[in-house]
Amino acid sequence: MRDLARTSDAAPPEMGAEAVGLVNVTKRFPGVVAVDDVSLRIRSGEVHVLLGENGAGKSTIVGMLAGLQRPDEGHISIGGAPARLNSPLESLAAGINTVFQHVMLVPTLTVFENLVLGDAWWHRPPRALIERRIGELRRDFGLEVPLDAITGDLSLGQQQQIEIARALLRDSHVLILDEATSMLTPRGADELGERMRRLAERGLAVVFITHKLSEAYRFGDRISVLRQGRFAGEIAPDALAAMSENAAVDEMLHLMFGSSESAVTELARPARPRGASVLKVSGLSTAGGPEEMPLTDASLEVFASEILGIAGIDGNGQKQLAEAIAGQRPVTTGSVTLEGRDVTGESVGRRRALGLRYLTDDRLMEGSVGAFPVSENTVLKEIGAPPFWSYGLERPSRIAAHAQDLIRRFSVRTPGETTPIGHLSGGNIQKLLLGRELSGLSKVVVFNKPTYGLDMQNITASRQRIREIAEGGMAVLLISTDLDELLELADRIAVMDRGRICGVLANDAARPAEVRTAVGRLMVGEAPSGAAE
Amino acid sequence: MDALLTAAFVSSLLTGAIVAGIPLLLAGLGEQMSEKAGVLNIGIEGMMLFGAYLGFLTAWSTESIWMGFLGGVGGGMLVAALMALLCVRLGLNQIVIGIGLTLGAEGLTSLLHHFQFSRTYPRLPSPDRLDLPILTDLPVIGPSLFGRHPLVYLALALVIVLAWAYRHSNLGLTLRAAGEKPAALDVAGGHVTLLRTVAVLFTGAMAGLGGAYMANVGAGLFIPFMTGGAGFIGIVLAMLARGRPVWVLLGALIFGAALSLTTALQVAGSNVPTDVIQMLPFAAVMLVLVVWSRKARLPAALGQPYERGAR
Amino acid sequence: MSLSEAQADVAPPEVPGRRNAQLGRFAVLTLGPVVAAVFTSALILLAFGVNPVTYYGFVVQRGLFSGLGLEQTLTRMAPLLFLAAGLIVSFRAGIWNLGVDGQFLLGAVAAAALAPALLGVVPGWLMLLAGFAVAGLVGAVWSVLPALLRAYQGVNEIITTLMMTFLGISLANVLVKLVFLDPGTTVPQTRTIPVADRLPRLFDSTISSGLIWAVAAVLLVHLVMTRTALGLKLRTVGANPHAAAHAGLSVPRLTVLVFAASAGFAGLAGASELLGVNGNVRADWNPAYGLMVIPLVFLARFHGVGSIVFIFFYSALLIGSESAARRVGVPQDFTLVLVATLLIFLGLAEWLDKRRRKERA
Repeated sequence: MRDLARTSDAAPPEMGAEAVGLVNVTKRFPGVVAVDDVSLRIRSGEVHVLLGENGAGKSTIVGMLAGLQRPDEGHISIGGAPARLNSPLESLAAGINTVFQHVMLVPTLTVFENLVLGDAWWHRPPRALIERRIGELRRDFGLEVPLDAITGDLSLGQQQQIEIARALLRDSHVLILDEATSMLTPRGADELGERMRRLAERGLAVVFITHKLSEAYRFGDRISVLRQGRFAGEIAPDALAAMSENAAVDEMLHLMFGSSESAVTELARPARPRGASVLKVSGLSTAGGPEEMPLTDASLEVFASEILGIAGIDGNGQKQLAEAIAGQRPVTTGSVTLEGRDVTGESVGRRRALGLRYLTDDRLMEGSVGAFPVSENTVLKEIGAPPFWSYGLERPSRIAAHAQDLIRRFSVRTPGETTPIGHLSGGNIQKLLLGRELSGLSKVVVFNKPTYGLDMQNITASRQRIREIAEGGMAVLLISTDLDELLELADRIAVMDRGRICGVLANDAARPAEVRTAVGRLMVGEAPSGAAE
Repeated sequence: MDALLTAAFVSSLLTGAIVAGIPLLLAGLGEQMSEKAGVLNIGIEGMMLFGAYLGFLTAWSTESIWMGFLGGVGGGMLVAALMALLCVRLGLNQIVIGIGLTLGAEGLTSLLHHFQFSRTYPRLPSPDRLDLPILTDLPVIGPSLFGRHPLVYLALALVIVLAWAYRHSNLGLTLRAAGEKPAALDVAGGHVTLLRTVAVLFTGAMAGLGGAYMANVGAGLFIPFMTGGAGFIGIVLAMLARGRPVWVLLGALIFGAALSLTTALQVAGSNVPTDVIQMLPFAAVMLVLVVWSRKARLPAALGQPYERGAR
Repeated sequence: MSLSEAQADVAPPEVPGRRNAQLGRFAVLTLGPVVAAVFTSALILLAFGVNPVTYYGFVVQRGLFSGLGLEQTLTRMAPLLFLAAGLIVSFRAGIWNLGVDGQFLLGAVAAAALAPALLGVVPGWLMLLAGFAVAGLVGAVWSVLPALLRAYQGVNEIITTLMMTFLGISLANVLVKLVFLDPGTTVPQTRTIPVADRLPRLFDSTISSGLIWAVAAVLLVHLVMTRTALGLKLRTVGANPHAAAHAGLSVPRLTVLVFAASAGFAGLAGASELLGVNGNVRADWNPAYGLMVIPLVFLARFHGVGSIVFIFFYSALLIGSESAARRVGVPQDFTLVLVATLLIFLGLAEWLDKRRRKERA
């Protein structure tokens, strides 16, 4: 926001003209070519979808357009002319505004203060002007912007609306939305799609980045697909308009994966006989905090050889549930029972020794210590226990042998067990942590978003492992925000909403569409349908 | 205890609170801005000491106390510039460098003083005072509160200016953003590095001025190590004040009063050891922390260097 | 302000094939700053009109190559090493214990209060043992408030340990002047332990045997931190508290333990200075070793043996510069300049190393 009273420096381009573009851009990071010779043209008045898997290069392109990174080769063009975006400031001055995947608002400031952030520091914030313009945005786009609320108190969906409002306050010509629906309910996503449509009608170039095929079809005018850093192909507006959703999805999959085989694998779920009850959770509640909702009265039961899925929009108490079961988070009421034994008062270590394992969703910040070698990370949950320690003294050869064993069995790609784990890729860290949870005597494994952020190959391998674990007789609690994953793997699906378990459904492999609808309804807080148990 | 309430006691306590409190106030105000912007400036003790030395030297050689203050500001900013270069530009560890700068300033000023003055400690002439008419004539408190060096009033005015700027201009929220979530400020078009650099330089200027006041007005001479931890007290004041300049003022006066209480007590004829009195403000701070520890919140990104696009 | 970044560079795993590269890094990261600091400080001396070769030559001659000087150097190492032991524990566990000076002084005062009282009552060795024990205990007690505040309320320990160190320095003075005052002298100081009853000296020299215990303490701390379960627990808490909680470690309890151990060693440092060298505590005595040892421990990257080596040279510098102050006319505070430049070059070397590794990747 150079100056709120003025429009940005560049003149608005005409409808259909090129607003911004990438010309033969290559960007390398240590060890990877994130973007490889990509050319793109983003036009005014269009919703341009950038589609691709994790690691396809979408976020790097966003970083370059936002002025956070510079291309190693090739250049960015603005209005058809070559341009350099050396800083976020230059990107903003060129009329490009970005709503990042992770909220880029200061949580301790008020909404109003976040809106004026970046203006020259000696200015007085133009309150009246902003109030007037926010009023217009509310009328035109239905954006709710409570100016005097503390930003951190708002939901992620609300914060995202504020970021969009901020972009519109700056009279941008190009609006980039990076994975903007990942924190929204299905209804919230539809509203966002509607807003993007209206913005494009006003002449903005909207770039919508996603990995969800149906959103790409429903919200986009033009779809560009990226595959492993390269431009894989495009579906032009007229072609897209002529396609049915199924045809478009087939085409997108073809571009994303190279062949026409569907990524959504058949639900080949062999029926496993359900064993005895292993984990029982009754009336579990946790205290909430300023930034997280409490877990309220959660009850569930997992049986041997069974996968119980937990569905829900991210941040609806799933992590609290997992941590309360693992013993990492204090509970206010309720109990956790493992094979008939009440472990509510037991420590993390004790529960682990009894066979209760928890694979965290936060591989880097919680699951591992990046600076420590792989070997120490494999025994991080058993410090002091035999055979790796005797009388408190480390036995390095035992630890190394254990680590090598895990590396081999879980096909972890690492130079060796002495490499700091932080140098490994996310997928390899995940494999190692999985190995850590499965070593020794495990009876029930709680997975929290086990495939989040992995590439397709690792996702497939991880899902296969989870299936094998259940077939081997263990009980599995699988928390996931990816409904397809749950439909593929789970025997039953519990749905969480606002810290509560609001329903449990049998995952009938014969009727996937019905189950999907029923789970989706529960996720957004609608009354459970007849499919509930 | 009646002796304690004599006019002489009250007057010397007030005088002491101001003379000892003003350097703390200036250091605290300076540190507050660094901390808001996300820089933990442990080097402030060194900035103060260097300001005291250069401030004294300038005043002594130009025979102008105001030039001396300017020299103090320059001295403090010199050390601060080094801090800004190493910690803000290059992102080195702020605590390690801060300790280094403090040690370096201690050693260097001691050497400089030694090679220039050997073992003599020349005195500056007594500074002029700004007597506010009428107010200075008030009994007991008049001369203590209203017969002070003009810099005192400037420092008090600065409290008001900063409080206003933090509240009503973009400065306050921009600084807080740099301290809480620098990446958010960056993508909003702010200049994190520039802002932090300016904040650190401001800290240096204030600390240097405080040091110069200590040497030129408070003591009238320079002694190696004369700041004696005043900079660290400034850090504590800034942390406890939670971003409010007025609270820094309040804290500085309380610390100042406690530090000078012994002199006042001696004036009053009592003989409580210096050390007991000197413990009081620190004990009070610990008590405050124990009782209200939940509220001692620091900026989320305090002490962390910012690197654009780091993943 | 995490120490975990520094931790990342600590004790890299030893891969035989990479020995040469490791040696190269050692040269850049450790010897580089030392050479640069000595050189820069020489320029400063030159600016003051002092011939640096003469000065350094004198310091080295006095601190290392004269018999008495070397003995003094070795004796001076004892308190510094105990402090280093305490700092290694806290830094490896990610905690900034900047209050070691207060813990050191109170430890010394506690030992100075107890030992003379026991003199002649219990055997000499027991008196010394009791002196060390009470010093360690008092040092640890002085860290309880910062420890609890940090562990259970998340209050930054830098501010609280600094507060406690100011408080401790004043309290030590109060105790010396008012409580444990030696009635036999006019100078305010505690009762003096006769030289014969202090820590025995080594062989026929003047070196205090406190050195042996101090070296043992540093080595013990090093082994505990690198080779035991407790050490790994503490390092995990220091490097990533979330991972520690996830692995089932009680982060608050380990934090309190770190404070207690670190401050306890600082207390022992005070006892070693009192029972080995000084024999009494005089009013307003505060050698302020703490801030000096921090750079050395950083330079050694929290490595025990490395710390011993650096403290040896630093100790020689202290002894040499003390007499250089009289003979060459350079105040002893010159050592502060040397240490300060060392710290700054250390930071710069880390920065260069990080940049080089990034470019190579």
